[in-house]
Amino acid sequence: MKNILKILCLTILLLVESHQIKAAEKVELLKTDWSFKGFFGKFDRGSLQRGYQVYTEVCASCHSMKYLSYRNLSEKGGPEFSLEQAKAIAASFEVTDGPNDDGEMFERPAKLSDKFVMPYKNVKEAQAANGGAYPPDMSVLVKARSGGADYIYSILLGYEDPPSGVILDDGVYYNKYMYGNNIKMSQPLYDGSVEYSDGTDATEEQMAKDVTTFLMWAAEPHLEARHQMGFKAILYLIILTILVYFSMKRIWSRIESEV
Amino acid sequence: MSNHEYVPKSKFGKWFNDRLPLLTLGNHLTDYPTPKNLNYWWTFGGILSFCLIVQIITGLTLAMHYIAHADLAFESVEHIMRDVNYGWLIRYIHANGASMFFLAVYIHIFRSLFYGSYKSPREIIWIIGIIIYLLMMAAAFMGYVLPWGQMSFWGATVITNLFSAIPFIGEGIVQWLWGGYSVDNPTLTRFFTLHYLIPFLILGLVVLHIWALHVPGNNNPIGIDIKKPSKDTVPFHPYIVIKDGFALLMFTIVFAFFVFYSPNILGHADNYIEANPMVTPAHIVPEWYLLPFYAILRSVPDKLMGVVAMLSAILVLAALPWLDTSKIRSAIFRPLYKQFYWILVIDVLILGYVGAMPAEGLYLLIARVATAYYFIHFLIILPVLGSKEKTIPLPLSITEPVLEESLSPPTIKKKESLN
Amino acid sequence: MSEKKVKRREFLYTASYAVGAVGAGAVVWPLIDQMNPDASVKALASTEVDVSSLEPGKAITVLWRGKPVFIKRRTPEEIAEARAVKMEELKDPQKDEDRAKDPEWLVMLGVCTHLGCVPLNDKGDYNGWFCPCHGSHYDTSGRIRKGPAPTNMEVPKYEFVNINTIKIG
Repeated sequence: MKNILKILCLTILLLVESHQIKAAEKVELLKTDWSFKGFFGKFDRGSLQRGYQVYTEVCASCHSMKYLSYRNLSEKGGPEFSLEQAKAIAASFEVTDGPNDDGEMFERPAKLSDKFVMPYKNVKEAQAANGGAYPPDMSVLVKARSGGADYIYSILLGYEDPPSGVILDDGVYYNKYMYGNNIKMSQPLYDGSVEYSDGTDATEEQMAKDVTTFLMWAAEPHLEARHQMGFKAILYLIILTILVYFSMKRIWSRIESEV
Repeated sequence: MSNHEYVPKSKFGKWFNDRLPLLTLGNHLTDYPTPKNLNYWWTFGGILSFCLIVQIITGLTLAMHYIAHADLAFESVEHIMRDVNYGWLIRYIHANGASMFFLAVYIHIFRSLFYGSYKSPREIIWIIGIIIYLLMMAAAFMGYVLPWGQMSFWGATVITNLFSAIPFIGEGIVQWLWGGYSVDNPTLTRFFTLHYLIPFLILGLVVLHIWALHVPGNNNPIGIDIKKPSKDTVPFHPYIVIKDGFALLMFTIVFAFFVFYSPNILGHADNYIEANPMVTPAHIVPEWYLLPFYAILRSVPDKLMGVVAMLSAILVLAALPWLDTSKIRSAIFRPLYKQFYWILVIDVLILGYVGAMPAEGLYLLIARVATAYYFIHFLIILPVLGSKEKTIPLPLSITEPVLEESLSPPTIKKKESLN
Repeated sequence: MSEKKVKRREFLYTASYAVGAVGAGAVVWPLIDQMNPDASVKALASTEVDVSSLEPGKAITVLWRGKPVFIKRRTPEEIAEARAVKMEELKDPQKDEDRAKDPEWLVMLGVCTHLGCVPLNDKGDYNGWFCPCHGSHYDTSGRIRKGPAPTNMEVPKYEFVNINTIKIG
């Protein structure tokens, strides 16, 4: 019996050890205070609007966001542009529609009901234009990477010179936080890459934070509603549990009194 | 099961009941004599029924919007998450509900292992339970394929490929399963159909499971036979209904925390990447509840034997009522078995952990040891324990332990001779 | 048991049931609401149509909420004909002025009010539309004149957002 316990303790120790070693190999991600984290997490509207600006001006030339519609920009829980602003944003893009009565496809300005215009016609074209690497669609990118928002934020700020002895291929860059350290996207954000329309100073960190916040909303547009409903639901359940608990005690007291 | 003594109060009730005895059934269930010493480990049967209903209802409503086509599946799930009214809520309930379903079923199974609920005369209840468990795993596996993410696709590829291990006919079976030369659209549509069907098969088996239970009645923590009804039992309503209700509410609070605050923590990030037959994810892992079996599968170097080991792990459970030779049911009175029980629990947790790790180095070694131990527990330790272990004397009745102090010496002597 | 204890016990059970019922109701609503038109469907609730190239006397058919909508640019003769009809002659009395705010433009759902077929333009005994399924005749205002249809073709909500564009819905 004692031996079994000894072997067990040893095994657990070994497991924990190996886990620590593995953990040490993984780099700690950069952290910042996200307004959407936590039980009462909400999106910062200003940050979302700035993030949208960064996405449009920096990322959208290569990265699609095909599951978002222009109307989402004015819906509750998101950047909450006014309906007019969202219409104007949509109209600044051209979409292919048709066929018309002549049987031809034609271009027209986008409407609120249209999905975000994609920079490339299809995945193959995207790969061909980017040295064989497909710039992933960003609709759910934050959920598609372990580490989530912290990971995206870290990658954006994680470009540095490769350590000595490491030679990179053409078109490959070194990123401290990328899985495998090699990334085919060149550094996208530099101080002042974007001139924010609300006057905020566009530092690398600020842009990285804003665009990541925007990407978080893009992946989880109902996050605020989910948090709010969760609070009410759990509060309700706790109240009902207390009532049912006392009902249970009351009912079972009939038995105790018989013994 | 039929109680011809029950007479409905209303005239219509009597007329209807004479033609279809639903009211008699209702009365049977309401009055059903249940041991009054059941602890909270017994509330998980009710919790499981709740989970099944939740999955069926959320599944049905999701199926109104989901499109089972390889080109549209992922998009349709995003449509549900973004556009369908409360779609995000229903989807997260369904996905996390599957995890909660398995959490409850594991607690339910381990309750049975501890208290000997699988022993005579409850063998058929146990076996029906194993079949339900198998169907749950099949349904969960196929359900995970439906969003058509990277893990959906590659998990389907790996698990269906297992069948190629069968000699001679293996390759043919795999192509038959796939409906093609790889996991593709035909596979997806048939998985959707079967995923829709299985919960209703489970529903039917649950009815049989409860019916079979009601013949001998519930087991109880001290594992002795009791008469029903007696002073040792309480009517199911209101005593057990309210207790199950309380336990269910506690369970739902945990469920709500996952759904509303960490809806993706039990899942895998790779499944938010659309399925790509050209790119395999770095680590293919099934959902957490299938990890122990995944570990057993990978611990055997030979493909066919790995599959055999994985299936045997479940089959050995089915044989449990005959492998465990002890006449005593509850581990409370089997101190040696109790030790081995807890070691088994830790063993299964270890298997789950290494199932998520790459199958190499120290992890693989641990997986092999844990797999070997799993089979040793059921095939060697249990049969031997039955004859070799020294058990604690059983009480005569459920209420008796309370009165023990007031018993006279002759009565205590009589008790010991009965054991 | 004292009166007070009984009252307290009953209150506890009543309170539990009541709170439980509230929860049950809250759970039911999303399950029902998910069948209502979703956000992407509601986004297509209105359609804008460019009518700048439509000549007098001609009609086009557009799709709105999955149904055909007739947009006809009427000639003065067609307008006069529509206005001259007496209410007593109509199965479903309706003034043409109430059907076409701007008399030149007639916008209505191209769905026969009998059993839902799409009537044909420039056919029938009343210079309007004719439904081939069961022989309903509509006039130049889209009103039912002969045949089994009970009411006039429905006029949806619409407006001219500018001189060239009609927004339907």
